[in-house]
Amino acid sequence: MPDSDTAGSAVNDAGNGLAQPSGYGSPRQAALAAARQALGVPALVLGASYLGFGSLIQGAGLDVWHGLFSTFTGWALPGQIILVELYSLGASVLIVAAAVAMTNARLLPMTVALMPYLRAPGTPRWRYYLFAHYVAVTGWAAAMRRCPGLPEPERLPYFAAFAVTLWSTTLVTTAVGFYLADLLPSYITLGLVFLNPIYFMLVFVADAKHPARILALMIGALCGPLLHLVSSDWGLPLTGLLAGSLAFFGHRLWSKGRA
Amino acid sequence: MLEVLNLNGTLEGMKDTAFWPYALMIVGALVTYFWRGLGVALSGRTDAGSPLFEWVACVAYALLAGLIARMIVLPNGPLADTAAADRIAAAVIALAIFFLARRNIGLGVGAGAGALVLITLGRSWLV
Repeated sequence: MPDSDTAGSAVNDAGNGLAQPSGYGSPRQAALAAARQALGVPALVLGASYLGFGSLIQGAGLDVWHGLFSTFTGWALPGQIILVELYSLGASVLIVAAAVAMTNARLLPMTVALMPYLRAPGTPRWRYYLFAHYVAVTGWAAAMRRCPGLPEPERLPYFAAFAVTLWSTTLVTTAVGFYLADLLPSYITLGLVFLNPIYFMLVFVADAKHPARILALMIGALCGPLLHLVSSDWGLPLTGLLAGSLAFFGHRLWSKGRA
Repeated sequence: MLEVLNLNGTLEGMKDTAFWPYALMIVGALVTYFWRGLGVALSGRTDAGSPLFEWVACVAYALLAGLIARMIVLPNGPLADTAAADRIAAAVIALAIFFLARRNIGLGVGAGAGALVLITLGRSWLV
């Protein structure tokens, strides 16, 4: 089976609202379509997750501007949560820097994998560096699915509009969550925090098309918790390298055997 | 290295000031952007479709699947107080509803999170 990078995305994504024929006609139309798609389930779920972050900020004795500053500049939820937890514990700058760096290391392979899908001739390089700030799971997964099937000039606008729409939503809900913190019973907060992993899980199940990547998802899901028990610091990077390589080479061997 | 330690010392001196949380968040934002910026720099010559690129994509997907599985099976924060069996049951319910509702992500997510809340509440009433 050829694992073409352009074939999958235009095929129907029935049910998740992202099914479209290839291309939106213009970069502007692509950006508007992306913003509309982001304002559906993605904004709802991520927005709700940031309600939880806002209430965490309140619980840590910080003020609403700290929460907004963190979401504005950091924008990757697991790293933001770790930072607030370490702040509450009185950790040093070096500890915080190391913990956030480890937590967010996934952004490196994610960005490397996404960039070739966003390139268009004549785009100034600084735009890639600017919009790299918006690489986070939800927008990344949407762009990895949609952009390969779009004409090149529409790709960066699609990703940028999708991610900036989500980012703006989470800024609002960070503040709302801060002020709702005292009103939300703990079992509701629980549900809000649980939205995030469940949503990501379903996004990846819904997206699965490339056989090597499906294999990577399955092996990664098995290795993640196991290697986390071995080392909570190195478990995740190791999961990525081991499970990702196993899937990549396993798939190559298998397709060679069949060819 | 000395300069880094000095900087650390200077920053630690601000620990009781109102600027301290911002200092931590600026450091957090810098190390976070470091990965993203490095990703753009390293992606310079990889083509979509090259084996190297496909390998990196596999690493990224495996990492994310590992992170998601860990968030469900061995979470930090408030979820750590719920039972692992309840979280896994809720995840299975989310998957089941997702497929039954013709791959509707919104319904699946709502069912999964709702299930965890209800199961947890149910347990607290039983005890």
